[in-house]
Amino acid sequence: MLKGLHRLGQLTLAAFAKLGRAHLFLLQALAASWELVPRFPLLIRQMYVVGVLSILLIALSGLFVGMVLGLQGYNVLSDFGAEESLGVMVAASLVRELGPVVTALLFSGRAGSALTAEIGLMKATEQLSGMEMMAVDPVRYVIVPRLYAGILSMPLLAGLFTYIGIYGGYFVGVGLLGVDEGSFWSQMQATIDFREDILNSVIKSLVFGIIVTWIAVFEGYDAVPTAEGVSRATTRSVVYSAFAVLGSDFILTALMFGD
Amino acid sequence: MCQDPQNSIICIQGLTFSRGQRRIFDQVSLTIRRGSVTAIMGPSGTGKTTLLKLIAGQLKPDAGSIKVLDQEVSTLSHRALYELRKSIGMLFQTGALLTDLCVFDNVAFPLREHTRLPESMIRTLVLMKLEAVGLRGAQHLMPAELSGGMARRVALARAIALDPLMILYDEPFTGQDPISMGVLVRLIRTLNDTLGLTSVIVSHDVQETASISDYIYVLSQGKVVGQGTPEELENTPSPWVEQFLHGLPDGPSPFHYPAPSYAEDLLGC
Repeated sequence: MLKGLHRLGQLTLAAFAKLGRAHLFLLQALAASWELVPRFPLLIRQMYVVGVLSILLIALSGLFVGMVLGLQGYNVLSDFGAEESLGVMVAASLVRELGPVVTALLFSGRAGSALTAEIGLMKATEQLSGMEMMAVDPVRYVIVPRLYAGILSMPLLAGLFTYIGIYGGYFVGVGLLGVDEGSFWSQMQATIDFREDILNSVIKSLVFGIIVTWIAVFEGYDAVPTAEGVSRATTRSVVYSAFAVLGSDFILTALMFGD
Repeated sequence: MCQDPQNSIICIQGLTFSRGQRRIFDQVSLTIRRGSVTAIMGPSGTGKTTLLKLIAGQLKPDAGSIKVLDQEVSTLSHRALYELRKSIGMLFQTGALLTDLCVFDNVAFPLREHTRLPESMIRTLVLMKLEAVGLRGAQHLMPAELSGGMARRVALARAIALDPLMILYDEPFTGQDPISMGVLVRLIRTLNDTLGLTSVIVSHDVQETASISDYIYVLSQGKVVGQGTPEELENTPSPWVEQFLHGLPDGPSPFHYPAPSYAEDLLGC
């Protein structure tokens, strides 16, 4: 009993210590943001690695999610004779929720895990120590470009996901199931609001971008520098990202649409 | 007080450092003379690499003083520490080359980060450093395409890129074939003498290290158990040094990890 309590206390303290380290790490990285100016090519390179290389996954997933939404939406709406509203349903679901959330989850699996593994391995092979010994701060050289590349890539990828998803819904609804094309687009245009829907969607994906990339780079930087340590850090990166994205999505949705 | 402060580049006094419950160093004092090749030897797990990290300010001591170039390392600000590190090159056991950069860019890395030299000048400097380690022809290779010995030589070229005052070598000979080892042994001594460096070699390869060292410290169980020139150490009466230099399986450093009596362990359940 006492042993269990002792262990619980240890775990709690360790969790808070890690949370503290993660916040100090983020502050350190943000304080070094000006380093992006002389290292702009590094940012571009990282945007290619985390952003451009994720495009295929995001585009294909967006297409399938949109097609499923089109099919399911049609089945439900046609019961009420409201299949003309399919465009609104597909667009609202994608813009408000699925675009930012599913992109963030896919992004953490595709790019976040890779970032964690890369940084963890750099630590395990003493590359980060080597940089410190060459008087180059690894936070500035390695972390800052990756952090900003993730933050900037996420809204662009979420936009792409949503865009392709809407066309997926259009293809199934209008192309295969015979929903009227004019109604599909015009109802969507009339209902989806720029500030309420699109701007909030961009804010959501930006917040998710910060959360997912922060977790990914921190887990790599904080990894135990062994093969097992890096593998555990990579798993934690994806699991924590999923929890953090879904949890913060609820809070953001409540703040944005909760009135 | 530091012995011969005028000629010393590193001066460690009363260094104490622990990891968890384990005391790695207990009141260790040593001095590294300018221009010399000094070896720090000892069995695995005596904290030799930890000592290099303490000298470079990557770890902070629990007590004692570590002065490098007359600066107390543990009290330096982040900026001052990084400034000091520009005068120190370090060769890691693994080479620690940046795996996403080719050999040329690895050697050019510190120059590009810390100088505003034009690219043509950087190219000339990098080729000079690579020529010194015999790998100018390998400039376009990636680290994954290098053998262990080549990777360490590239790391050595990178360590001397900024013309440091001293170089710290962490186990430079571990896992090397006889030819690579011979090349590295000769390179370390030659670079030290021609570039006017000070070298600190942490190693447990006794013969190779002793052959190029001016002075040797032997560490064991957190203390300096022997010191002197290679010749002096050969004749030292210390059983610790005797066991280490001649690779005797049993002695002050026991063959057996502490355990209850063998018979008790076999018979008791």
